[in-house]
Amino acid sequence: MAKVHVTTSINGEPMEFLCEPSDTMLDALRGTLNLTGSKEGCASGDCGACSITLDDRLVCSCLMLAVESEGHEIRTIEGMAQGDRLHPLQQKFLEMAALQCGICTSGMLVASDALLKKNPDPSEEEVRFWLAGNLCRCTGYDKIVRAVMETAAEMRAQ
Amino acid sequence: MTELRYLAPDTLDEAVGAFAKAGSAARILAGGTDLLVQMRSGVLKPGVIVDIKKIPEMTAIEQTADGGFRIGAAVSGMALAEHGKFGKVWPGVLEAVNLIGSKQVQGRASAGGNLCNGSPAGDSVPAMVAAGAVVTVQGPNGRRDMKVEDVPAGPGRTNLKPGEILVSFALPPRPPGSSDAYLRMIPRTEMDIAVVGVGVSLTIKDGTVTSARVGLGAVAPTVLLVEDAARALIGSKLDDAALAKAAAACSAACRPIDDKRGTIAYRTKVAGVLLRRTAAIAAQRATQKN
Repeated sequence: MAKVHVTTSINGEPMEFLCEPSDTMLDALRGTLNLTGSKEGCASGDCGACSITLDDRLVCSCLMLAVESEGHEIRTIEGMAQGDRLHPLQQKFLEMAALQCGICTSGMLVASDALLKKNPDPSEEEVRFWLAGNLCRCTGYDKIVRAVMETAAEMRAQ
Repeated sequence: MTELRYLAPDTLDEAVGAFAKAGSAARILAGGTDLLVQMRSGVLKPGVIVDIKKIPEMTAIEQTADGGFRIGAAVSGMALAEHGKFGKVWPGVLEAVNLIGSKQVQGRASAGGNLCNGSPAGDSVPAMVAAGAVVTVQGPNGRRDMKVEDVPAGPGRTNLKPGEILVSFALPPRPPGSSDAYLRMIPRTEMDIAVVGVGVSLTIKDGTVTSARVGLGAVAPTVLLVEDAARALIGSKLDDAALAKAAAACSAACRPIDDKRGTIAYRTKVAGVLLRRTAAIAAQRATQKN
């Protein structure tokens, strides 16, 4: 079967890859491109572990075909830190222990980052609603929500 | 998975041609949030996928010369929310579209897909019905318009003819004193499927309702336009008697399923309760504007 050639941009870098027409973006990221930060939880759009942004909009990479990234801008958890310098959300998640097993964490971070770019001063309720599509089996969410709120406050102060 | 071909035509004519040619093996890809799940679970094994998002008309939001809106079938909920004006004119339609799934899902999912998926519980559909939205469809035999309420044929089925593609929604211009609202009942606070969904659109002049439309979801095999409920509201000042009559009309229209999320009795009763609450929100918005 003929593979499809895709030209896209991932974390600001021009990228070309080959994929099957039925491959999801998550398949391409984790398999072909070896960007394994995005996790596969449910593969049906329910858990948010595979969250990425497509042209700055938050999406589940399991719910898009890899071929659909042609000509678009993809950002993943791998693009969040600047070299060795963690993004303030990553730093705060560590400091406040806003993670346990870690499977949901990259999706939580990508989703939280998308929220703060859109709304630098969210209420707790807004954070909870925004992250409703990111499921976690271990943390109970409170530490995550607090870390996002605190990061937002610090980023606003800067 | 069987061999799959992916096509992303730039024009509607090409899309219609490719879609019709591939026949029942073809599926339209807009946001894909239903299609990819159906493919993954093995419910669907399409031979051809026609991605319509490269067709400008499918992803455009425009205000028409008469003050109405034309929304491409593949416009995502997030794109609609980001539009400066749409949510001010049609707040109920916007809130309905943005109750679909999570933020991640709203980044992709479209009102066109929500309608074509044929779920009786699709959140955007009752709001679009209440709005009096008309869809344009195009197929091998040309273009035609359909009322939104005429599109669903039953769970998972539509009245689109073979080869036809949903192109856009046209929402009419609104006279002053108009607004709309959508409410749904779900067992949790977010990310769930409507047990009952009600969309209400109203025009109010000097305290009296001059026009009304009511859309009702998740209580019958298709989303319903409840004309009896609208008739009960028109000419009233939304007094208790009118609201009771409209609520009774909504309950009377229910032919719901009985499942773990809502019994027949519960869904039927809640349809009336939600009509009252939704009408109150629509009325408040309609009168606030003036």
